[in-house]
Amino acid sequence: MIELKDITHVFNPNSVDERLALRHINLKVNEGDFITIIGSNGAGKTTLFNIIAGTYTPTSGKIFINGIDVTNDPEYKRARYIGRIFQNPLLGTASNMSLEDNMMICYRKGFKWPVVNLNRNMREFFKKELTRLQMGLEHRMKDNLALFSGGQRQALTLLMMVLSRPALILLDEHTAALDPKNAAKILELTREFIEEYHLTAMMITHNMSYALEYGNRLLMMDEGEIILDISGEEKKKLTVEGLIERFHTLRHKQYEDDRSLLSEK
Amino acid sequence: MLEGIFVEGLIYALMVLGVFITFRIMNFADLTVDGAFPLGAAIMAASLVGGLGSIWGLVFAFMGGFLAGMTTALIHNKLKIPGLLASILTMTMLYSINIRVLGNRPNVQLLRYEHVLTWVEKSFSGILPRDVVFLVFFFCVVLVVKLLLDLFFRTDMGLTIGAMGNNEQMVISQGVNPDILKLIGIGLSNALVGLSGGFAALYLGYADVGLGQGIIISGLASVMLGELFFRSNRIFVLTFGAVVGSLLYKAIMFFGRYYGYYIGMTPNDLKLISGLLIIFSITITRLQKRQGQKLRRQI
Repeated sequence: MIELKDITHVFNPNSVDERLALRHINLKVNEGDFITIIGSNGAGKTTLFNIIAGTYTPTSGKIFINGIDVTNDPEYKRARYIGRIFQNPLLGTASNMSLEDNMMICYRKGFKWPVVNLNRNMREFFKKELTRLQMGLEHRMKDNLALFSGGQRQALTLLMMVLSRPALILLDEHTAALDPKNAAKILELTREFIEEYHLTAMMITHNMSYALEYGNRLLMMDEGEIILDISGEEKKKLTVEGLIERFHTLRHKQYEDDRSLLSEK
Repeated sequence: MLEGIFVEGLIYALMVLGVFITFRIMNFADLTVDGAFPLGAAIMAASLVGGLGSIWGLVFAFMGGFLAGMTTALIHNKLKIPGLLASILTMTMLYSINIRVLGNRPNVQLLRYEHVLTWVEKSFSGILPRDVVFLVFFFCVVLVVKLLLDLFFRTDMGLTIGAMGNNEQMVISQGVNPDILKLIGIGLSNALVGLSGGFAALYLGYADVGLGQGIIISGLASVMLGELFFRSNRIFVLTFGAVVGSLLYKAIMFFGRYYGYYIGMTPNDLKLISGLLIIFSITITRLQKRQGQKLRRQI
């Protein structure tokens, strides 16, 4: 479905700050895949997402979505079939607008015409969808999002993203800024939505046990390369210790990630 | 006399609504206003002198303002320079264009022409005094524009423009090109400013290239005065606040002009008053916000 062909990305080319962020990445994402991505700091995970979403145009290589070359399409065009959630819960919603306004904006992707679609039926539909979050948000349709907590806003972003049924969703550590209880809840919701709507998803996480627990495929990145691509039965058998061990034998160095070490207690 | 303040306040309210769109809804610092206002007046003058009449004058003033706003948006979008700089460029260029539109003169007298206002005055002058007639007329104009704006910002496009001022990434994530929304939003804002300029030329009886000098400050002051009293997430409350702010501002300026001399003030001090008014409004708003945060912390 999505195919990256020989993607290389260099930041600040031909300057002293030149940094090779991605090296010759080849990746094929199949329909229905739920891929978790782990890797040490600066491995290129977020850069990979930025390349797929179209925030950056790769220095070389091509990106295909359903066989169509989208390498030079701007981010807003690709956003019509790619949904993305950031680590920062504020990026997915507009703080100074009401909940129902936010939902209306996210209901359908693509150009917005000057027509009023927010009517009673639409509000009822939004309320019904909101009850799925079990956060009581359906009673707060007129409240500004600035009044909501980070967890509530991230849950909303997730729900609103799913409303438009994107072909691929990119989750960039979308629970990292939340407390453990909310993080667990958002992750459960993520899994529920992905299963119910058969979404194709890629999720960056710093938590190795999450990476193993969720999804059917796991990628490990290091220094701009995908060094491990495990799926199916093999992934099910994998353990955190096993992963670190495999990293060690592949790269001949310690797995360095302050945050993942913290989360392992 | 009092009616006069309100009439001027209502004419300027159209401009204030425009400023409200860019500064508040879109979070875009737009100084095009200083050029778009006299542009509207100049287009009106050219239409009257050219025999097109005032209705076409208003239509073209609206469209001229829209184009001026789109120019700013284009410069900002394509050259990737901040909105403030882009709008200063447009504003400066408009000065020359305005003089050309006025027929290579800095001002044009319009008193001898027939237009909408003279027609309104003649039709109702037997029943009501002149200023009251204008008051009712401009009240209706502002009401219609305000209601249309309220409706526009309830549509999908209007809501998305609102979201863009808050969170551009969100708009991109919804598959919308923010550049196009900026063209429309800043265009619409300056179209209202142009319309306001067109009406101002009719009411004042002349068009002058210096008409818009510093008008952005009075627009901003009005928006902020309105916000002192009306704060909400409902668009119709906010636009109402902008209109009230415009009337309040005109009233304050009027009293400054007429009674200021008791304390040694001259009309030249009015700009100083405008600036202080903005600083005062921002200070009050900030204090209220801090108060709110303290309360929340106590809970």
